[in-house]
Amino acid sequence: MSATVIVLFLAIVLLTLVITYYAAKHTKTTGDFYTAGGGLSGLQNGIAISGDYLSAASFLGIAGAIALNGFDGFFYSIGFLIAYLVVMFLVAEPLRNLGKYTLADMINSRFDARKVRGSAALSTITISIFYMIAQLVGAGALIQLLFGIDYWIAVLIVGVMMTIYVLFGGMIATSWVQITKAVLLMVGMIVISFLVLKEYNFNIGTMFSEVKHVTSHGAAYLEPGLKYTQPLSTISLMLALVLGTAGLPHILMRFFTVRDAKSARSSVVSATWIIGIFYILTLFLGFGAAAFVGDTKIIAANPGGNMAAPLLAEALGGEFLFAFISAVAFATILAVVAGLVLSGASAFAHDLYGEIFKKGQATEKQQMLAARYAALGVSVLSIILALFTQYLNVAFLVSLAFCMAASANLPVILYTIYWKRFNTSGAVTAILTGLISALVFVSMSPSVWSPVEGAALFVGNPIFPLDNPALVSVPLGFLGGYVGTLLSKESDPVRYAEVKVKANTGYREQA
Amino acid sequence: MNGEQLKTTLPAGKPDYVKVAQSSEFKDYMQKRKKFIVPYTIFFMVFYFLLPICTSYTTFLNKPAIGDISWVWLFAFAQFAMTFILCIIYVKKAGALDKQADKIIKEQIGGGLQ
Repeated sequence: MSATVIVLFLAIVLLTLVITYYAAKHTKTTGDFYTAGGGLSGLQNGIAISGDYLSAASFLGIAGAIALNGFDGFFYSIGFLIAYLVVMFLVAEPLRNLGKYTLADMINSRFDARKVRGSAALSTITISIFYMIAQLVGAGALIQLLFGIDYWIAVLIVGVMMTIYVLFGGMIATSWVQITKAVLLMVGMIVISFLVLKEYNFNIGTMFSEVKHVTSHGAAYLEPGLKYTQPLSTISLMLALVLGTAGLPHILMRFFTVRDAKSARSSVVSATWIIGIFYILTLFLGFGAAAFVGDTKIIAANPGGNMAAPLLAEALGGEFLFAFISAVAFATILAVVAGLVLSGASAFAHDLYGEIFKKGQATEKQQMLAARYAALGVSVLSIILALFTQYLNVAFLVSLAFCMAASANLPVILYTIYWKRFNTSGAVTAILTGLISALVFVSMSPSVWSPVEGAALFVGNPIFPLDNPALVSVPLGFLGGYVGTLLSKESDPVRYAEVKVKANTGYREQA
Repeated sequence: MNGEQLKTTLPAGKPDYVKVAQSSEFKDYMQKRKKFIVPYTIFFMVFYFLLPICTSYTTFLNKPAIGDISWVWLFAFAQFAMTFILCIIYVKKAGALDKQADKIIKEQIGGGLQ
């Protein structure tokens, strides 16, 4: 590990601690803790949303996927991007208008039922924890590569840092760490893309022509089908990407950190622009890595291609750029896991403890204490799980998290806002059917079972053919909600009138 | 800060949401919202899924379009262009309806309170 790497690494740690210190001074109420008091501007929140999105998986993962698989890697960029249109057109504004801190708040604005809140909290916690283990295991492996330290130390460093941000600075610290990192990441991406384009005299046509010859795949590199060869599997993956985003709890939580629906709207707009530009740049990084690093070297560093971006930075910009990109990758990991801790903790402390156990009667002091204990608990639990799962192939956890979000959360969100007849039993069955079917199908899928030893969690033939079962589990989630609703006679058109007026106009009663 | 005070039976001082929801102003507003949200959503979902469907079941997109850039890349870039354009359209359309929403709050709900 060079001196530059150490200095930049420490600079990131110091910067985020300073942010946390100031944030801690402004974190006085549970509203501050969960949603930064709703005080972020549209632009600030937009940058933070893009930050939540541009995780190490997008930044390093997609660059690597494009470097190794060409067009098929770019599918991820497109899926994540179009997901923003789903969020913008269908979810963001009604969610902001109805909710307070959590997804369960939003759904329960229509039902006031403990079983609904409990189910929504269960799905938030499950998705957040699975997603976080995947992030932490990936982070540990990555930091091990970048800085040459042991896996367990790497996980502990990330774990302790995320706990500090959330515990002391809550959503204010998490948001500002996220904003800082998003800006640094964009700068890094633009610099590398510029360097790549410079090699081709800023001619994109030349870049395509040359990339066609540099990889071992030849012309096939620029055609789809290098990695995703089964049509239904590809379409199912694309479905999970485009709908899963609109159901990921740590992304949804971001819409409660702005004042009103108008700021929610402007934050999705800024996020869409930033993310759109970012994903276009992933192409230059991927192609650049394929051309100037080469797939042999990329695979040698990490079979998943995660080192493609840092290695490209080293090849084009020397040691300093490598150190900078590594430090930014580290910051990216920290910011994303902090957001995940917060969404998990809010479901524990606000939904389960505050609203269900204490029936909404907890004092402000009790709520704040519960929030902090929950944050600590979620952090410690995920760190321990991440330490024990080091040697597991965790790719399935990410596909599971997206699939659960798409199958369990999205149907219930859409039904709550748009379906008059929807009722409490429908809400419970929608969430549970989606959650369980995603879990069952993933556990039978090729992500978990492979005849080749070490390729997946278990050795054996998969019973279910799709890596990502969204194509089956999302319709099941919708069907579960539909059947559950019709099986119960309960229906409350008066309450739906209220939800409809509030969701669409942004009217709030003064409490 | 107690968000759970809402009851199904309407206490005094709570706006009559059923009346608001059935008012012609609100219905007109909802109609206008639906009129741009539904068709655009159908459009972008179809446009999006056309890409993996075409690449999975056909190969015609592999033909070169501009130099060595094939149609599949242009289709992929078109997804980005579509996202930016729809983003601009959404802001414009939703923004244009904000005034109407404020009017409903002011005239239908706000007046009914206190």
